[in-house]
Amino acid sequence: MTRPRHATRALALALALACAQPAWAVSDPREQLADPAQEARAVAIGQQLRCLVCQNESIEDSNADLARDLRGVVREHVARGESEATIMAWMQARYGSFVRLRPPFDWGTAVLWLTPLAALLLGGLMAWRASRTPPPPPAPLSATETEDLARLLGPSAGPERTG
Amino acid sequence: MTSTSPTDAPGSPLRRRLLMAVPLGVMTAAGGAFYVLLQRMEQGSFSPHDIGNPMLGQPMPDFALPGASTAGFAAGELRAAAATRPVLLNFFASWCVPCIQEAEALGTLAADGVAIWGIAYKDKPDAVQRFLGQYGNPYARLAMDSGRTAIDFGLSGVPETFLIGRDGRIAWHIGGPLTAGVIRDELRPRLARA
Repeated sequence: MTRPRHATRALALALALACAQPAWAVSDPREQLADPAQEARAVAIGQQLRCLVCQNESIEDSNADLARDLRGVVREHVARGESEATIMAWMQARYGSFVRLRPPFDWGTAVLWLTPLAALLLGGLMAWRASRTPPPPPAPLSATETEDLARLLGPSAGPERTG
Repeated sequence: MTSTSPTDAPGSPLRRRLLMAVPLGVMTAAGGAFYVLLQRMEQGSFSPHDIGNPMLGQPMPDFALPGASTAGFAAGELRAAAATRPVLLNFFASWCVPCIQEAEALGTLAADGVAIWGIAYKDKPDAVQRFLGQYGNPYARLAMDSGRTAIDFGLSGVPETFLIGRDGRIAWHIGGPLTAGVIRDELRPRLARA
């Protein structure tokens, strides 16, 4: 029996992954703000901003030059005491809503936001319909099939046999 | 639900054949879409890195940049020059391969009398001079940017080119190299109207 061991291993892996600290690209201490609270705010903001070079990473995760520059910009603004909304607006004025990893809901992003919901509704509807409709009765056996069945079950087989 | 015709009953040959056709149809459509996408990328009319610059139509941001060997330039000088004749502002770098590709097109534009001002992005003066010596220098003015001015322009990479209109606003933008197709279809009509 290997199943329980597999389960233990999977659980251990899941735990390890859950506890793992993400490795941010900001490894250079000179990049970080001296105040840990401000640095935490800068990281939180940076994680919502897309690196325009790699496009699928946040600027906190990316090693691209532009991402490093943008991390610096975010930290400058945070050090000045600007709010998250102000910093986001500053970024959006230059790079559009594409710079936000969580794009705002508007006509351009409606399909993006609503497709999962629509898929869920459609799937739910299909499941509901399938559960309501009883499966169709099997087609009656053809003459040859009845003959074959009788032959296979032997001469003693018949509907009267309850076995 | 109550009466199922034999043709669309589950497991019927027709239904099975239709189900087989669905993935094939989806794949054919996806293949066609990818083909169009790649073809448009090759022609330069589509670039996945051109994210649509919100600066379009906005006043050009302020900056004052040093030069490579001679004096650089500031936004005010560019605005003054653009007031008489629209200026093409080109961000490039000596380390950028697509910049080599567009060098010839820039040279042709400059020879046709289009004012082109260059900003070398994250570059070294001697490397820029070598690049211009090798691939030609189409720039009326040249400045160096360590990266912050580029962010104010919403730059996501090099090369990117902005057309500064007579009103000092960004009239046109391309987030990628200037190809012959882009110049013919987009830039030339723009310049004719500006």
